[in-house]
Amino acid sequence: MTTEKIRPLVLEYTIVSGDFAGGGKAASDVKRCLSQLGCQSEVIRRVAVATYEAEMNMIIHSFGGKITIYISSDNIRILCEDTGPGIPDIELAMQEGYSTASDKIREMGFGAGMGLPNMKNCSDFFCIDSGEGQGTKVEMVINL
Amino acid sequence: MDLREIKELLKCKVLANDDKLDMQVDCICASELMSSVLTCSGNNKLLVTGLNNLQVIRTAEMSDIPAVIFVQNRKPSAEIVELAKEKEIVVMYTKYSLFTVCGMLYQAGLRSGQDDN
Repeated sequence: MTTEKIRPLVLEYTIVSGDFAGGGKAASDVKRCLSQLGCQSEVIRRVAVATYEAEMNMIIHSFGGKITIYISSDNIRILCEDTGPGIPDIELAMQEGYSTASDKIREMGFGAGMGLPNMKNCSDFFCIDSGEGQGTKVEMVINL
Repeated sequence: MDLREIKELLKCKVLANDDKLDMQVDCICASELMSSVLTCSGNNKLLVTGLNNLQVIRTAEMSDIPAVIFVQNRKPSAEIVELAKEKEIVVMYTKYSLFTVCGMLYQAGLRSGQDDN
């Protein structure tokens, strides 16, 4: 990507708890925007996957929340904030295979305990802040 | 191997984007776990799945997967087909099971896109 092309841009999405049919709309829109900006396909894939996993996590586990994407000439920052039950043990939640999702969610192809590790793998910087009863905040940065 | 050859091999019916069957396939993602599919990198991937919901197309979209085959006659709904058309993702379905489809594609020389992860 050429830096002079990119002006700082902010995208905001409201995520509704339990909205499975709408899951992926935010990530899809981010993907479309980055394609239009002429970002490299590998960067777009990483941002799209990270945003999509975050979106599905909010739909599945939270009471709803917001995803904000900050696009600059250096990086893309994905900020995810939800209200909800929070994560009591973050270290456990980060382990591949650990999930508290219901059977219904698993039948839909999610809840395999791969979402948070996937998000981390897609990011150059990953930070999660949560606690029981206080919602969850995830920040991811993908360098350009 | 291109999608047209795969369609013939697996006796697929095409529901979306049948004008894109000349596309080459280099590797296969066979899974019902969408998070697992999302870890699959590489180009010209084909997703083979027994899962049948909108998130299959969303997952394909995010992972840059241009074609999906639904196994065991799990014909996707009109809503799924519409989203696939909008996202320019080829959608087909076959009567064969996931195991059989994987065996046939492996025998035809195709390999997994997930073994390197």
